[in-house]
Amino acid sequence: MEAVQVRDVYKFYKKYADRHKFLTIKSAMVNKTLFGDLQASERFEALRGVSFDVKTGQTLGIIGENGSGKSTMLKILAGISKPTAGEVVTRGRISALIELGAGFHPEISGRENIFINGIILGLNRKQIQEKYEEIVQFAELEEFIDNPVKSYSSGMFMRLGFSIAINVNPEILLIDEVLAVGDASFVPKCLDKINEFRRHGKTIIFVSHDLSTIERICDDVIWMKKGQIEMRGYPKRVVDAYLEYVGNKDEKKSLIQHDKEEKKADQEQEKRWGSREIEISNVKMFDGRGQEKYIFQSDEPLLIQFDVEARAAESDFVFGIGVFNGEGINCYGSNTLLENYAARQIRGKGKVRLAVPALGLVNGTYFLDIAVHKRDGYPFDYHHFQYSFHVTSSHRDVGIARIPHRWEFSDNITFIKNENS
Amino acid sequence: MKEILRHRQLILILVSRELKARYRGTMLGFFWSLFNPLLLMLVYTVVFGFIVGGGRVAGFASTKFYALFLFNGILPWTWFSSSLLESSNVLMVQGALIKKIKFPIEVLPIMVVTTNMVHFLLGLPILVAFFIIFGKGLTWWVLFLPVSLIAQYIFTMGLCFLVSALTVHFRDIKDILANLMTLWFFATPIIYTYQSVPKALQVVLNLNPMTHIVESYHYAFYFGSLPHYKRFSVTILVGLLFFYLGYLIFDKLRDTYVEEV
Repeated sequence: MEAVQVRDVYKFYKKYADRHKFLTIKSAMVNKTLFGDLQASERFEALRGVSFDVKTGQTLGIIGENGSGKSTMLKILAGISKPTAGEVVTRGRISALIELGAGFHPEISGRENIFINGIILGLNRKQIQEKYEEIVQFAELEEFIDNPVKSYSSGMFMRLGFSIAINVNPEILLIDEVLAVGDASFVPKCLDKINEFRRHGKTIIFVSHDLSTIERICDDVIWMKKGQIEMRGYPKRVVDAYLEYVGNKDEKKSLIQHDKEEKKADQEQEKRWGSREIEISNVKMFDGRGQEKYIFQSDEPLLIQFDVEARAAESDFVFGIGVFNGEGINCYGSNTLLENYAARQIRGKGKVRLAVPALGLVNGTYFLDIAVHKRDGYPFDYHHFQYSFHVTSSHRDVGIARIPHRWEFSDNITFIKNENS
Repeated sequence: MKEILRHRQLILILVSRELKARYRGTMLGFFWSLFNPLLLMLVYTVVFGFIVGGGRVAGFASTKFYALFLFNGILPWTWFSSSLLESSNVLMVQGALIKKIKFPIEVLPIMVVTTNMVHFLLGLPILVAFFIIFGKGLTWWVLFLPVSLIAQYIFTMGLCFLVSALTVHFRDIKDILANLMTLWFFATPIIYTYQSVPKALQVVLNLNPMTHIVESYHYAFYFGSLPHYKRFSVTILVGLLFFYLGYLIFDKLRDTYVEEV
């Protein structure tokens, strides 16, 4: 049974220039052609023929770059805006987490806002009364519920909004990036709640830039590009393809920039520099079985491979690598010189591989520096932050590196170890 | 009308939200919603009763009665003008509701008119108290009040639909409206009586629906007699027409609010 059916949906936004607007009001007064003139001349095509189904109980992720039409699609599903053409059929009550706490009135108390927001979301007074305790408890706002909402921190505000929206008890839940703003301790709780929804066979559509979460909780992923569906399928496959596309695009962009003016080349220097007497290209990552991929478990093997080409034979060269986390902290760095490889000769084209038996990193996004330079540091080709990969796992430890470890306790301290967490 | 019934719980709670929010944090609470009509009454009484008239206003038995007459007209006028001014930007102010939630947008202008009606209703006991204090009794014609109320609600609602819809596209309307309301105030028999206007100008006054609505309040309280029922019935029909047209245009432009707000 399909919970959501989207058939050939188009959405065009009208753009009015200021001048056009002035003309409109003028001609509206002079010629009484108000409605005719409200048909704008310019338009922006946000969705161009999107069709998909979501089965009841399925969790669908939607990824894509900014402006690819993800949020527009979600707004149409939520019934907030209407498609210009095409058809959307939904079965069951929908709750949309598009902006948490939309409609909260700052001057009145959290308690009153729960009732108002609940009614706006389609509950009646009695239903809210029944859910009230649960909402307050989930939001962890017992002490503050009678204070005016304007005194809440942004985290409290968001928790209350999420708590109301999720307790509306929808059959279809639409989530747009809202978890990105939550405080660190509340997000896992939200994810737990979302997982509980999944177990109860509810349908979820989830728009996010957080690819690791998408991969973890979705059954199916759609990648949207310029208002169309570029790819749909198994989460890992789609996310990897998307990452590769984004990576390639960055590379293409930088190559185009490089060929352009010299000014641009200065900017380009921030990402890549060097004399190019030896050039690095085609940097790829593989897992232990030789499958190309960019998302890894924290203890998985990783193989980095790149092509090198020396314009002339060279005898002074060092290959180096650096791994940085999302905050730009250098997690690890090494090169052939530090590891006592004395360079003898490089000539023509070749390949370099770096094999890591176990990654040993905590969850997150990582960036790579890859370089070839002389012993004294003179750069041939330095790629800075050009490549990225994700580490996701069920481990919840934090830090920079995942240091191998084991807990030991004396006999009077006992634990029950839960194996899957 | 169907919308009002369908979303009555939502309208109810939004209206009470507006009222609570307005009275929260102010010491004198609801007094402030009456402050403006009272001030207007005082100013006009002083100006026409004492400065210009030197103790009495032409056509009125006493200055006190003129004050009563003024307050009688200013109260419904305040309801009308505040509703229009607020609805001219209600869709923008409540933009979050329109853009982020599936929300019946027509509820917003309804909320504005209804909230202001509540202020008006809260002012009525004060009006009655003044009538008793100033020694001018009331008649059974007070019971005509609900009819006036409904007529005004429908007419105001129609205009508010129109104004709130068009302001989204033409923001200038808000400024035009503010000035228009000043003119409209003086074009309605509030600070003067309908009878005191020269016959030629009465024709012009007749074209203003608010003339007959305010007059019907005057008849219910101050004059204590049957309003001019022919003019008043026509006004009700005109009000219905405005309501219908206003809602039609509001509905026609509905899909544009999400993008333009």
